[in-house]
Amino acid sequence: MEKILEVKDLEVSFQTYGGSVKAVRGVSFDLHKGETLAIVGESGSGKSVTSQTIMKLIPMPPGKITGGQILFNGDDIVPKTEKQMEKIRGKEISMIFQDPMTSLNPTMKIGTQIMEGLIKHQNMSKQAAKTRAVELLNLVGIPMPERRVNQYPHEFSGGMRQRAMIAIALAANPKLLIADEPTTALDVTIQAQILDLMKDLQSKMDTSIIFITHDLGVVANVADRVAVMYAGQIVEMGTVDEIFYDPRHPYTWGLLASMPSLDNDNKADLAAIPGTPPDLTNPPKGDAFAARNQYALAIDFEEEPPMYQISETHFAKTWLLHPDAPKVEPPEAVKKRMRQLSSTFDQAVLMKEGK
Amino acid sequence: MAKYIGKRLLYMLISLWLIITATFFFMRIAPGNPFTSEKQLPPEIEANLNAHYGLDKPWYAQYGDYLLKVVKWDFGPSFKYKSQTVNDLISEGFPVSFILGMEAILLAVAFGLILGIIAALKHNKWQDYTAMIIAVAGISVPSFIMATFLQYFLAIKMGIFPVARFETFMHTILPALALASTPMAFIARLTRSSMLEVMSNDYIKTAKAKGLSQGVITVKHAIRNALLPVVTYMGPLTAGILTGSFVIERIFGIPGLGAHFVTSITNRDYTVIMGVTVFYSIILLASILLVDIAYGIIDPRIKLAGGKKGE
Repeated sequence: MEKILEVKDLEVSFQTYGGSVKAVRGVSFDLHKGETLAIVGESGSGKSVTSQTIMKLIPMPPGKITGGQILFNGDDIVPKTEKQMEKIRGKEISMIFQDPMTSLNPTMKIGTQIMEGLIKHQNMSKQAAKTRAVELLNLVGIPMPERRVNQYPHEFSGGMRQRAMIAIALAANPKLLIADEPTTALDVTIQAQILDLMKDLQSKMDTSIIFITHDLGVVANVADRVAVMYAGQIVEMGTVDEIFYDPRHPYTWGLLASMPSLDNDNKADLAAIPGTPPDLTNPPKGDAFAARNQYALAIDFEEEPPMYQISETHFAKTWLLHPDAPKVEPPEAVKKRMRQLSSTFDQAVLMKEGK
Repeated sequence: MAKYIGKRLLYMLISLWLIITATFFFMRIAPGNPFTSEKQLPPEIEANLNAHYGLDKPWYAQYGDYLLKVVKWDFGPSFKYKSQTVNDLISEGFPVSFILGMEAILLAVAFGLILGIIAALKHNKWQDYTAMIIAVAGISVPSFIMATFLQYFLAIKMGIFPVARFETFMHTILPALALASTPMAFIARLTRSSMLEVMSNDYIKTAKAKGLSQGVITVKHAIRNALLPVVTYMGPLTAGILTGSFVIERIFGIPGLGAHFVTSITNRDYTVIMGVTVFYSIILLASILLVDIAYGIIDPRIKLAGGKKGE
């Protein structure tokens, strides 16, 4: 499959009064055409910064890309100017934001907000753009689009606004759609509708999607592959099956164990990962997760673990995969779901620097 | 919309009545009367004068007479300027104050918005600091100091503008500048803080993610949303500036309405006090109504007909 996006060793930091915050510390991943990659992690793990950096939407300054490459269709985005980025944003790469209540301009008609992108990127006339806006509203499942196109955001419900946001994002047929927690602010029934809509539109338009979320339930629903981020790094990446049925990193275990499940019937307390993420102004020596990790080894506090490859598509950044590491049992909730996957290598392979 | 305006006009009438009543009685409570002067008038003459102006009648009769006359848009004769009625004073002074005021408002709004927007777009850069220094200076320097400075440098030293009087367009520029400096500075600061807040909103990021340029984002998405606080300030500002500024009109020798506000009170010129107060109130109430209508136009979430904010 054709690679649409390749992120290599991306490093992003923010200049603050307290010093430089290293929000993204050497993230690498790639994305194929028509594929959905979910990036999961708790607040402050750098998932939103990573995704916004792909569109260069982080405010610069104080933000700064301090290293790495973002290859979009083989073309590096990092050195591009604002003017060049304007041709990419909305046309090649689009974004859906978390809160549909605040991400639409309250004083502009929904139709006009959709038309803007069309007029800019597809040189449409106002009339043609309006016709297309009605089509798009229809496509994202908004009833009576001819009337809705002339309404303002406050006349839409939350779910309808997020549909309108999707219409805006898809207006110019982007090749890559970044959805930054698009369902977090919606209630559960609406969440399911929006996810279905996104999957449906993806198959129609053959768009690649990067799906940022902290909700693993949503991940299972939409993603082909999953990248787990912690403290500005990807700690584990694999297909959905690999992450859910054969997770290797203790942080992924923690995330999976803290997922509420119906057969838990109140016998056990909901597991939580103790502590808080580290201060990224001064990232800790060794493994950033070590201080919160009940499986931490002595070396975790000394040296950062390398990336190990567990299968063709599965990677994890933990010393537990070292041949000399002690065998540890994942938490009960995770062990229950573990199963042997056929694609797994006999032995985890240490990855060479730079992949 | 028509229903809303009708309702608002009714409220305006009620407010006006309250203002007239309050002014009428407070004015009578104040010691002295229009005929008090250093030279004591013989009692017969004072009684005659009082009878002539109806001041000998009981208070409720005077109040009733006055209300009737106001309804007919007749503010009565001036006690001090014997040959003129209050209506004359207003119709002579107001057009002058109005022209000056409109010029000042246009200047204040145009430059205030421009300064504020530049300051917000160049946040924490030298443009921002320059604009804010101008704004702080504009707020801190009283208009009469500004007026004297303008007269001294632009009129006397450089001779570009006439020093005083109110005849041609050139005559209007200096007083309008002096009058505009404080509101301009205020609008600049309001616009800046409001723009900064708007620019940090999610929908600005959405607009950026669409690939719109900074200029288009500012003009089409930011300014309209940043305008509401400025519009709020416009109501009282308009009324205050249109009805004339005593100080500025004095300094530039302009025959506007402003002077009557102050002199009528020291003169205890009852009818003029009442007249200019009622007139000022009408202008104020009208500009507040205009501001409310402007809200509805700028922000579609504000519904005028129902009078409630939709969400």
